[in-house]
Amino acid sequence: MVAHLVRLKLTLLRNGLRRSVWKVVALLLSVLYALFLLGLAVVGLVALGAHDDPELSRTVVVLAGALLVAGWWLLPLVAFGVDSTLDPERFQLFAIRRRHLLTGLTLAGLVGVPGAATLVLGGASALAWWREPAALLAGLVGGALGVAACVIGSRAFTTMLAPLVGGRRFREVAAVLAIVPLMLLGPLLLGATAGLQAVADALPEVGVVVGWTPLGAPWALAADVQDGAWLAALGKLAVSGATLAVLVGVWDRALSAALVRSPGGAGHVARSEGLGFFARFPATPTGAVAARSLTYWLRDPRYAAAVAVVPVMVLLLWFVGRGGGLLLGAGVVVAFVMGWSLSADISYDDTAFWTHVAAPVDGRVDRAGRALAGMLVGGAVVLATDLLVLGVSGRWDATVPVLGMSLGVLAVGVGASSIYSARLVYPVPKPGDNPFSTPQGSSLAVMLTQSLGMLLLLVVCLPAVGLGIAAVVTGHPLLQVLTLLVGLGSGAAALVVGVRVGGGLYDRRAPELLQTIRSFA
Amino acid sequence: MEPMSALSIQGLWKRFGTKIAVAGVDLEVPAGSFYGLVGPNGAGKTTTLSMATGLLRPDFGRVLVRGQDLWADPPAVKAGLGVLPDGVRLFDRLTGAQLVTYAGLLRGLDRDTVRDRTADLLRTFDLTADADTLVVDYSAGMTKKIGLACALVHAPRVLVLDEPFEAVDPVSAANIRDILSAYAAGGGTVVVSSHVMDLVQRMCDHVAVIAGGHVLAQGTVDQVRGDASLEDRFVELVGGRRTEGALAWLRTSSD
Repeated sequence: MVAHLVRLKLTLLRNGLRRSVWKVVALLLSVLYALFLLGLAVVGLVALGAHDDPELSRTVVVLAGALLVAGWWLLPLVAFGVDSTLDPERFQLFAIRRRHLLTGLTLAGLVGVPGAATLVLGGASALAWWREPAALLAGLVGGALGVAACVIGSRAFTTMLAPLVGGRRFREVAAVLAIVPLMLLGPLLLGATAGLQAVADALPEVGVVVGWTPLGAPWALAADVQDGAWLAALGKLAVSGATLAVLVGVWDRALSAALVRSPGGAGHVARSEGLGFFARFPATPTGAVAARSLTYWLRDPRYAAAVAVVPVMVLLLWFVGRGGGLLLGAGVVVAFVMGWSLSADISYDDTAFWTHVAAPVDGRVDRAGRALAGMLVGGAVVLATDLLVLGVSGRWDATVPVLGMSLGVLAVGVGASSIYSARLVYPVPKPGDNPFSTPQGSSLAVMLTQSLGMLLLLVVCLPAVGLGIAAVVTGHPLLQVLTLLVGLGSGAAALVVGVRVGGGLYDRRAPELLQTIRSFA
Repeated sequence: MEPMSALSIQGLWKRFGTKIAVAGVDLEVPAGSFYGLVGPNGAGKTTTLSMATGLLRPDFGRVLVRGQDLWADPPAVKAGLGVLPDGVRLFDRLTGAQLVTYAGLLRGLDRDTVRDRTADLLRTFDLTADADTLVVDYSAGMTKKIGLACALVHAPRVLVLDEPFEAVDPVSAANIRDILSAYAAGGGTVVVSSHVMDLVQRMCDHVAVIAGGHVLAQGTVDQVRGDASLEDRFVELVGGRRTEGALAWLRTSSD
């Protein structure tokens, strides 16, 4: 039975690859990338062993190992969505012993690039002690325990939280809320490492403490053996064993609950009084499209995810620029992201797009309505960002060029997206899915066209941004006014061209767009 | 002179990859008829109806709606069509009232007309209590009903409904049947696809049997079924019934 489950996972992987050549390419690339990282890790670990500095080895291995375990435990909940190919609820109707299911799902978790890489990494961690046979052996045992903690913990957490995560409201809100601190982790670490030598000095002590936690205990085993601290090593072994026992217990209980749970389940029913934006916009097709888009900007977490990156951008620029003039560019970056986010608009409609095809909505009406909603939301967010960074940096003298640049870039982005999204649709998370999950069938081809589109967009934005930078640096009034004029002018032109050209494309290809979207389902 | 067909489908073909989904379908739907389209799973019903309503471009063939070529001038022709496709989403983050309002406004109706018709439709389909609930939280049957309301809001002359009775409770289904019959009696034309032969035999006056992308029979229900029931005639046309020796071991498996 255990072998069956592993084989099932392999078959699913193989069949997934059969569906598209691009998936094979993507897999090969991720394998190469993983091999590259593994190579680096192995070289680093061997060097660490040769260096003969036990404290350094302990710090590096324990902290990196603890991060690895934490990643396995937490990331599936928010970032990638849960690996649903072997969702326990799919085995509800089969007569499989729970013990077999536990073992099989654990081993199946190692199939795939991340699992295999973790397995190799766990074994390789022992190389940090290659000069000491006893510690090397302990490292292998610790590595095995660490990998087990990764995989079993990941299953335990996802299975336990599945009913929570499965609720529509929770999934939508939590995913957006949880991702923000995760994205901030990078800049925070950056700030910490760049500014504070003290943190680096404290790392060894942190390593010792983390070594006693469930996250770090397996990885600290070998270091204790190396030090001859047998009692401490025994302690680490106990912590690791207890962690695994608790995880298996938790998973076992969650699994037995999952196997008898009825699918779906009634949750909170969302209501909204009255017609909302539909009552406030003009009663025309364009007004209706704009009202619908705005409602979605507020109600659909996939759109909220685009807004969620805004604070991240601001903080990132603040860290990188150390509070200097670079921060003033935050509004422009936000405008770029918000403008381009509209390029997925028809893709986000999913098959509900048929409503527009059947009505039929005129191409220009569709484009203009969506652009209007995008400009309203984007304009509000960009203005708020501009005011924030101008206030924080106290550079009110740069108000005119900053507004000219950011609003211009937003309008150019919306215009370019109006053309792009009438030409191409691509797989995005379905309505109601985790907004950060990677959809089936997204491919290199999509990434290429997206990159190309953004590149073109950058080129169109260049004049206004170049002028704006010059105006902010020199403070010359003529340049400031010129930035405002060029920014707003190019933005307005891009909007008109985007709605016209996009509308024409849309009129010719709307049924084909719908057919492509249906083929993703 | 022959009266003009409400919907005339002439030589439609559609291929997806290597699979030919629809291979030369011809259908004549007389004006004022209640027309049933029946066929097994994968027969090409949904593909045919998608092409007949302008949602999917055919590889070959013509679609005439009340004499006008749909694919030559989609905007003008689609205005007279009411559509309920199967297996697609709705804009389900809107409330029921918002969704019907949206459909009406997209069709170019003015605000007052949309408000009155939305209220009428929600009452008729017994959805008034759920008017302010998001459609994503509706049951499958309620979702069908709100989709039907959206298809009716602009008072089309021809209605094309793909599986309109699926998952709808019996009382609602009877109500919908009455509405559609009255609509056809008033000169409107209804095309429905269905798996349920009994329903089609009782409800429709015309029927077409479609399988493997071909039309096997079409005409009035009495012409097509002859002396047999529609279900027997359907099975006879489509084939594929197995009675001998199927799962013989199943009968001895208990106790």
